[in-house]
Amino acid sequence: MKILSFADLINICKEQNKTIWEIAEIEESALEEMNVDAVRLRVLENLIAMREAITNGLKSDEKSISNWCGDDCLKLSRGYKIRPAIFGSIFEKITKYAIATAEENLRMGRIVACPTAGSCGIVPSVIIAVAEERQIAEEEQINALLTSGVIGLMVSNKVQLAGAVAGCQAECGVASAMAAGALAQMLGGNVNEVLQAAALAMKNILGLTCDPVCGLVEVPCIKRNAFLAVHAVTAAELALCGVESKIPIDEVVDTLKITGQLMSPLLKETAKGGLAQTKTAIKLEKKLFKKNF
Amino acid sequence: MEQKSIFSVISPIMAGPSSSHTAGAVRLGLMARNIYNKNFSKVKFVLYNSFATTGFGHGTNKGLLAGVLGYSVDDSRIKNIFETETSIKYAYEYVQDISRHPNSVDIIFDNEFIISGDSVGAGEIRINNINGFYANIDGKYDTLVITYKDKPGMISSVSNMLQKQNVNIASLHCDRDSKGGDATMYIAMDIPVGDDIVAKVSQLKDVFFVTNVRKLKK
Repeated sequence: MKILSFADLINICKEQNKTIWEIAEIEESALEEMNVDAVRLRVLENLIAMREAITNGLKSDEKSISNWCGDDCLKLSRGYKIRPAIFGSIFEKITKYAIATAEENLRMGRIVACPTAGSCGIVPSVIIAVAEERQIAEEEQINALLTSGVIGLMVSNKVQLAGAVAGCQAECGVASAMAAGALAQMLGGNVNEVLQAAALAMKNILGLTCDPVCGLVEVPCIKRNAFLAVHAVTAAELALCGVESKIPIDEVVDTLKITGQLMSPLLKETAKGGLAQTKTAIKLEKKLFKKNF
Repeated sequence: MEQKSIFSVISPIMAGPSSSHTAGAVRLGLMARNIYNKNFSKVKFVLYNSFATTGFGHGTNKGLLAGVLGYSVDDSRIKNIFETETSIKYAYEYVQDISRHPNSVDIIFDNEFIISGDSVGAGEIRINNINGFYANIDGKYDTLVITYKDKPGMISSVSNMLQKQNVNIASLHCDRDSKGGDATMYIAMDIPVGDDIVAKVSQLKDVFFVTNVRKLKK
């Protein structure tokens, strides 16, 4: 995509009187030398794979390598039946779908990296749960996924989306901004509201570290998918009421980048700091490594 | 700056849990398979640094094996590959070497052919050495790999042949062990060339061998 910043994106949407997803499919079709229908079909393939990951994840309680994780989604399914969530059925689905996908990921199941594998549950859970509960058509879901792709891409033009580069800000954090924008789009938000949602989500994850226990995509990654999916909903709701980020979105991205640079390498996917260096984490690591080496 | 696609953010559809340590591993294996392009009975993987330390928890070892056997990144069989795959012999070695990229591997086919590469993030990979020669193959383009005796005119002979077929060259890299010694040329092309061109290039004087390395599926 030729567009490199959110400011440019806003201008182009305004000049051409188009939504973000309309710009995305035109740009993508030029870049990938395929027609717009083919671009949308490719987005749909990803959407279908996301749905399948959720379906598989909901059914399974297979444990991960650490034998520590893998049954939380089942706990939610059972728990909500006995005591429905106070935020209602959409909340139940979002948290279940986010964890179902993240658990499927750690079982080496088939998922869609969005933007990364570790953050794969956030965007799908929000789009698919809301679409199901509000009967939103598939074409609208494709538009939402396209919108989220543009948001992730604008950030990735400035920051590599990897925990090793900028901490979890750049993985689950960016996924949450993508999901917030997608949701605002699905609920009828205009270009400004969509990007405000993304900005609000991103602003409130700044500084999020990447400290995976034993270096695995398990603790705290799996449950973080549910938390940041719900976080995205908060951002979209605020933006759709007209709440705006006082700091423009491009500056929030710059801040994310600089915060990532300021962050100690101990907190950037090295498993040498944070939760990864707690007593319990070290004990688990010793057990795991003894088993495998 | 190279323009990026939104599918660099959404995708790949892959077997989890890590785009760099799992999908990247499969793609490194696939690329090595495309480069070696021969049947093999044995393969050894030397995993470096983060690939060595956290690889087991990310299925890096399984992914590499799946790749050299031609599995796609989203193949659900990768998870159980150690139980199901008996057609070849395979071995792993785990090494710490800070001179190498954090996610790096050597893939050795039949004790004789060594391909080294890195997983550079988000499932993207780079092959950087083939049998001791510098390489720079990212799997995004069909690439001709030509080994030959270093001498004037080789680039123009090869590029002339490509021009006649209207093949546009996206990038070209050369390396040699010494002046007049063994040299390797890598030509990334916008469209793939046929076997006829490979045969013609092979027949050029002082060309040792030519491999037509196919790009990876998106």
